[in-house]
Amino acid sequence: MIAATRPTQRPPDARLLVVDAGRHIDHVPRSAFVEYLRPGDLVVANDAATLPASLRGTHGATGAPVEVRLAGRPSLSPDVVNRFRAVVFGAGDFHTRTEDRPAPPPLAPGDRLVLGPLRATVERLLHHKRLVSLWFDGSADEIWAGLARHGRPIQYAHVQEPLALWDVWTRIAGPPVAFEPPSAGFALDWRALASMRARGVEFETITHAAGISSTGDEELDRLLPFDEPYRIPAATAEAAARAKARGGRVIAVGTTVVRALEHAASADGTVRAGEGVATQRLGPESRLRVVDAILSGTHEAGTSHYELLRAFLDDETLLRTTAELDERGYLTHEFGDSVLIEKAA
Amino acid sequence: MNPFDGLRVAITGGTSGLGLALVRELTRRGARVAFVARTRERVERVARENPGAHGIAGDVSSKDDIYPVALQVTGELGGLDVLVNNASDLGPVPLAMLSDTECEDLERAFATNVTGPFRLTKALMGALAASAREGRGAVVLNISSDAAVNAYPGWGAYGASKAALHHLSRVWGEEHAADGIRFLSLDPGDMDTPMHAAAVPDADPSTLKRPEQAARELAETIAAALPVREVEGATL
Repeated sequence: MIAATRPTQRPPDARLLVVDAGRHIDHVPRSAFVEYLRPGDLVVANDAATLPASLRGTHGATGAPVEVRLAGRPSLSPDVVNRFRAVVFGAGDFHTRTEDRPAPPPLAPGDRLVLGPLRATVERLLHHKRLVSLWFDGSADEIWAGLARHGRPIQYAHVQEPLALWDVWTRIAGPPVAFEPPSAGFALDWRALASMRARGVEFETITHAAGISSTGDEELDRLLPFDEPYRIPAATAEAAARAKARGGRVIAVGTTVVRALEHAASADGTVRAGEGVATQRLGPESRLRVVDAILSGTHEAGTSHYELLRAFLDDETLLRTTAELDERGYLTHEFGDSVLIEKAA
Repeated sequence: MNPFDGLRVAITGGTSGLGLALVRELTRRGARVAFVARTRERVERVARENPGAHGIAGDVSSKDDIYPVALQVTGELGGLDVLVNNASDLGPVPLAMLSDTECEDLERAFATNVTGPFRLTKALMGALAASAREGRGAVVLNISSDAAVNAYPGWGAYGASKAALHHLSRVWGEEHAADGIRFLSLDPGDMDTPMHAAAVPDADPSTLKRPEQAARELAETIAAALPVREVEGATL
């Protein structure tokens, strides 16, 4: 596949590879997504807005330049924003591939970081010399203001122009709790939601603190995805129960929605409303209890996103899918093309 | 149940006039209020005077301020139920006939009164729609004016921009009715505010409505536009 290098959420020529329940593969314009939905289906998307989670600054003791990428929080509470899990990089910025970025100076508990108007202390290292727990000074409002003024969206070298928040917020973005955009939702706009409604398709959301997708470090990447807090509204849990009862499908927009709904699912497929922390990894051994299909970006083998797709597809079909994405030059990464995969009947 | 208890409200232009009166009125009624204004010192003062209210420094007429403001609103409140686009620009001060109005004054009035509310509402639409889906309701209140419908000489820049905002409200209302988002465009009346004093310096304040009175009326209108909230766990 080819990296999508332009930060356009809905390019007019975006494509969609569809794998139906009978393992048949279709190639259509992504704008045709809604035509694959049936009356009675429920579409669930992640309404998290994306934080400007990349913070430039310096390491207090050495004065060395650092880039802090916020990557996790213990909860979704708007009032408790002092503590973040973060990955620290050395000099440079997103223009350099993460794999090629220099390491930060050695970090130790108690180290101070100066990040624009924000000040943070390294609380401890988390099983890796570049993964730390940070404590930010100040009140919640001061921290939100500091992030708003100084933070930039996390981005990678395949997109060379600097991203603004409007590039990474989906149309449905609400609480700013994601560290990278829940980019499967880029496919949705208000017109698409109106079309769903006209077809008798329900639409609901969850809020899931989508974490970072890559650190450039193999050892760290093996720890992904980190634990991610989520919240499922009662309306969404009820809509899932209604969809199941009438024989409709639950279609997740993005891997984070699969992770949250399946984490909150009981054995009989009912979804528990409320807050939780998704800790599980989904893969070929996972049995999906709630989600019947996923609308997702295109993912390369070896990533945790790709592993999650193995919960929907047998390996033979997934390899065939990947081969077709490659042959037809589908675009990948957050601004790329999409797949719609229904789990086998 | 008090419809304002825990209601998440954002108000632009919250440090003077009607906006300040709304911050005080809605905070007093139990709402969780985030307010926006340009001058950091005044934002901090109003936040100190209204414990629980979240002050955000930002200029709605500036494109680059919109997303940082939206981030702080939804970050600090955890979501949004009600947006009040109140911040307004009079255009030329003193008021001028349209043909004497500098283009820059007209553009500033449109940036504050039309493009700013357009951008901020768009950035917050996802949060508002989420609130509506959860049954909390969602209301966008755009502060309008009788100058939006009547052709008052001297009020051309202000009136034309408020007319545009009024029409945005109507189209938005049609497009998002099915999402459960209500759009209100209301004229609070001639009030004793700094803006009115700038427009009509020799007006007798005793003939003008108090902004506190207008804020009480708007609070009632907002409450009426929200779905009736039931007491949790209540049974008949």
